Amino acid sequence: MDQLVTEKLTKRYGGKTLALQEVSLSAPSSGIFALIGRNGAGKTTLVRILATELAPTSGSASINGIDVVKEDKKLRERIAIVPQEARTISWMTPKQSALAYLMWRGFGHSEAKKRAEESLGRLKLDKYADTLNRSLSGGTKRKVLAAMVLASEADIVFLDEPTTGLDPISRRDFWDILRELAKDRFIFLTTHYLEEAEQLADTLGILGEGRLVAIGSVPSIRGRIRYQYSIKLPPKVPVPGVSKGEVITGRNGEVQILTNEDEAFAISRSLSVAGTRFSISPVSLDDIFFQLVGEPTQREQEAATPGEE
Amino acid sequence: MKRSYSSQLMAAILVNSVYEMKNYPINLVNTVLSPLSFLIVITFVSKGTLIGQAIEGGLIMSMFQSGTALQGDISHLKNDFKLQDMLVSSPASPSVYVLGMAISELIYVAPALLVLVVLGQIYIHPSALQALEMAAALLLMFVTSITIGFMFATLSSDIVQSFAWSRLLTTIFTTVTPVYYPLTYIPLPFRYLAYLSPTTYAAEIMQNVVGYLQESASVVITDWAVLGGVTAVLLVVVSRKARWKET
Repeated sequence: MDQLVTEKLTKRYGGKTLALQEVSLSAPSSGIFALIGRNGAGKTTLVRILATELAPTSGSASINGIDVVKEDKKLRERIAIVPQEARTISWMTPKQSALAYLMWRGFGHSEAKKRAEESLGRLKLDKYADTLNRSLSGGTKRKVLAAMVLASEADIVFLDEPTTGLDPISRRDFWDILRELAKDRFIFLTTHYLEEAEQLADTLGILGEGRLVAIGSVPSIRGRIRYQYSIKLPPKVPVPGVSKGEVITGRNGEVQILTNEDEAFAISRSLSVAGTRFSISPVSLDDIFFQLVGEPTQREQEAATPGEE
Repeated sequence: MKRSYSSQLMAAILVNSVYEMKNYPINLVNTVLSPLSFLIVITFVSKGTLIGQAIEGGLIMSMFQSGTALQGDISHLKNDFKLQDMLVSSPASPSVYVLGMAISELIYVAPALLVLVVLGQIYIHPSALQALEMAAALLLMFVTSITIGFMFATLSSDIVQSFAWSRLLTTIFTTVTPVYYPLTYIPLPFRYLAYLSPTTYAAEIMQNVVGYLQESASVVITDWAVLGGVTAVLLVVVSRKARWKET
C-alpha cells in the first residue's frame, strides 16, 4: 500500500492554461522521489495537488491509499511541505520558527520545544538557534525550513526546489540533510538540478510540458533511452562519421556524440588509432533529459514547419 | 496523535505579536502612536472641547486598525513567507489560524487601548453600564474589521498592493468618516455618505452613550441593528468567499 499513485491527473488554470495533462504514475512512497522538468513543466502544480493545496481539474491521486482530494484532512495529518520560494520569517529565530510550526501542527509547547531543539541540533543549527533569521545566510535559512518539517511527525515531506539559489557547497550540505530526512520519511522533491536528482533520487520522474515523460530509477531510465554512451571531443577535431546516434556541437566548439554501445566502442577505437583526445562515459542525466524532453519539442517544431509553409 | 487547538491559537499569537513585538519593538511604538496622534491633533484644534470624542475615536481606530493590520499581516505571511501554503498542507485548522491571528492583532493594540482606556476614565468617566455598551460596540467594530481584513488578505497576491489596501481602508473608515469628531460637523449633502461606513455607526453609538450626542431611541436602535447586521453579513460573506486554499 506504500505507493504514490496518480491516474490521469489533469490541472487546467482558469479554464485555459493546461498545467498537467493526464499524469498517471505509480511509485513507491519511500526514500526520495525526484521530479525534474523545465520551468513551467508542471512540477509545482503536481506538488501542490499532492500536498492538498490545489484541487485537480480531473483525475485522482493518492498516497499510501489516502486520496488527496476526498481524504485531504486525513492526509494532512501525515504531510509537510516547504513550498517553492518559502522563506523563514525575518523577525523570528530558528528556534522560534520550529517551535511555532510545531505548535501550529498541534503539539503542546513543551513537546514542541523539545522537538525543535532536537531537530536544530540534528541539522547542526543549534549555534544559530537564537539568531534572527534575517541575519542568517541563504543556505542556513533553507536548512531552518528543513529543520521545521524534520521536527514534525510528518512522514511524507514535499520540497519544491529546495536548493534553488544555493551555492554548490550549501547545496551539497543540503543533500546530506535530505538523505537524513529520507531515512524515516518519504521525500517528494522537485529540482532543476539534474545532478541533484541523480545523486538523491530512488525514483525519478521527468515532466515535459505537463506530461510525464519517464519514471523509474535513474539506471532504469538510462536503459530505456536510445543512446547510452556519450563521447566528447575537444573543439576543432575531425568528427568521425556516426551511423546510429546524434552529434551535438556546443557553443565553445566542443562536440558530443550520443550513441549506442557498439558504435561508441567502434568510434573510440578509431579515435584512439588516430591519436585524438576524447572522453567516453555512460550518458548523464543531462543527456537523458535532453533526449526525453528536448526531442519531442524539436519533433513538434519540425512537424509544425511543413504546415506553415 | 491528539492535537491541541490552544497550541495552534498560541502559535499565531507568538508569530504575529509576541515575537514581532519582542524582536522588532518599533512596530509596537507605531501601533501605539497612530491612534494617539489623531487624538492629540483633534484635542489641540478643538482647544480641548472634543477630547472625549477624540478618545472614543482613538478606541474605534485601534479596533478597526486591528482588522486592516490583519489584512497586511496575513497577506505578508502568505505571499512573502509562504506560511499559509505550509499550514494548508498540515493539520492546522484554518478557523483557529484566523482566530489566533485576530487575537494577535488585539494584543498588538493592547498598549494603545490601555492608554486610551485610562484617558477615557479621566476625561469621559463612563459608568459601568456605559463602559459595557461601548465595549460591545467596539467588539462589533473589531469583528467587522477582522472579517474585512481577512477577506482582502485571502484574495490578495501581492504584498505591496496589500499594504496599500490596508492604509486606504484605515484612512477611509477611521479618519475621513466622523470617528474623531461629531457627525454634525460634516456638511449635509456629504453627511449621508458617512453612513456607508460601519465606523460611523459605532462612533454614533459611543458618542450617544456618554451624552455627546442626543439621539432618539429609534436612531440608537437603528445604529445597533446596522452595525450588528453588517458584522453578520460580513461573517457570512467571509465564510463563503475567503480562500484558505486554491481551487
